[in-house]
Amino acid sequence: MANLKQLSHREPKLTGGHRLCPGCGEPIAVRQVLMSTEDPVLVTNATGCLEVSTTIFPYSAWNIPWLHIAFENAAAAASGVEAMYQSLKKQGKIDPDANYRFVAFGGDGGTYDIGLQALSGAVERNHDFLYVCLNNEAYMNTGVQRSSATLKGAHTTTSPAGEVIPGKTQNRKDLTEIMVAHDIPYVAQTIPGRWNDITRKAEKAFSIEGPKFMNVLTPCPLGWGHEGGLTPEISQLAADTCIWPLYEVEYGEYKINYKPKEKKPIEAFLEPQARFRHLFRSDEGAEVRKAVQEWVDWKWETLLKKAGE
Amino acid sequence: MSKVYPPDAKWYEMARGGIIPQAGNAAEYSVGGWRNEHPVRDDECCIDCLFCWVYCPDEAVRVKDESVKYQGFSPDHCKGCHICAHVCPKDCITMVPGPDFQPDEPGQSEEE
Repeated sequence: MANLKQLSHREPKLTGGHRLCPGCGEPIAVRQVLMSTEDPVLVTNATGCLEVSTTIFPYSAWNIPWLHIAFENAAAAASGVEAMYQSLKKQGKIDPDANYRFVAFGGDGGTYDIGLQALSGAVERNHDFLYVCLNNEAYMNTGVQRSSATLKGAHTTTSPAGEVIPGKTQNRKDLTEIMVAHDIPYVAQTIPGRWNDITRKAEKAFSIEGPKFMNVLTPCPLGWGHEGGLTPEISQLAADTCIWPLYEVEYGEYKINYKPKEKKPIEAFLEPQARFRHLFRSDEGAEVRKAVQEWVDWKWETLLKKAGE
Repeated sequence: MSKVYPPDAKWYEMARGGIIPQAGNAAEYSVGGWRNEHPVRDDECCIDCLFCWVYCPDEAVRVKDESVKYQGFSPDHCKGCHICAHVCPKDCITMVPGPDFQPDEPGQSEEE
C-alpha cells in the first residue's frame, strides 16, 4: 500500500477551484479514491452535488475524462464505456498496453434510490468497474430531502421534525449488504476521515477484476448542520459509534477493518449535528434515540456474526 | 488552446455539445473570495505528516518533494473550511481572521 509521501507524488485528478461547499466530504473521498491508482482513470458521474459543482461551464475540475448522462445511469454509463473500451482493444484500435480504470461516482440519491437498478444491472453483467457511492444521507444538491440512506430521526425538508413527526421515521436501507448479495468480487464500506482505510480499499478494488462497490459516508456540513472543519472527525465518530462500520467483503469473506476499542453511544455522533438537535429536546426524541441505538446494536451484532467474531 | 473560454467567446468558437475540452481548467478559477478566515502554519512544529494535504477538499495545500513544510496554501483554492487546522496532529495550523494571506506569514511562499 502506498504511503502518504508516495501518494503526494501523483498528479491530482480532481483539481481545486471546484464549487463544492467549504468542508464538504465528497471531494476528500474522491481525491483519496482517485489518488490510489497510478493508471489512467475514466469517471462517470450521477447527478448530484459532485457533478454540478465540479463542472460549471466553462470550467471542469476533472483532469481526466469525465462523463455525465443522467441522474439514474452512472453505472450504465460506466458499463457502456467499459464495453466499448474492451471492444476497441479487441479490434486493435487502441494501445493494447493501456490499462484504463473505470470509476462511477454517485450520491446516495443516485445510488440508493434512483440509480439502484442501473447499478444492479451493471454489476450483474460483470463489467470491470468500481462504483463509489458518496453517501451524505439525503438529497443535498436539491436542498436536503430525505433519501433511503437517511438515518432514522434526522430532520430533512421532507421529514421535518416538529409536532407531527420527530424527523425521519424509518430506518435506512443497507445498500452495502444489497451489493454483497450480488456476489460481486469486492464490496467495502469506508469513510474519508481515515485516509489509510479508504486508500487501501480503493487500491485493493483497483487490483481486482470485475465489478467493485465502495460505500463512503461523506459528511455534509450544510445538510447535517456541523462545522465544516469537523468533517473528518464526524465521519470518524460514525465509525466509533458503529453507525457506519468499516468493513469489506472480498469474494464473500467478511472482514471488519476497524473495531472501536470502546463502542461509543450514538449520541456522540448525533450531538454535533443540527439535524438531530430535536432528539435532545423532548422525551419523544429520547425514545427515537433509544430505538436508533437498538437498531445500531443489532446491525453491529449481525455484522460481527457474519465476520465470525 | 487557452485553458478557459474568454467571456466574449462566440457560440461557434466553443466545442459542440457542451463539452469542456480543457481538462482541469477549474484550477484557474478562484474560490479564494469564499473564505473569511485563512490558515497559517507554524513551520517550526510541522512534522510533514501530510494530513492537511490528504484531508484538504480543495487541493489547496501545496506539496513539493514529499513536504508541505515551507509550501504555502493556495490562495485561489482555499475556502477557509478549517479542516487542516482540525486534522493537524501537532496543532501547527491556526485559522486567522481575514481572507487574505499575508506575505510575512510563515509558509506562504508564492512558488507552485
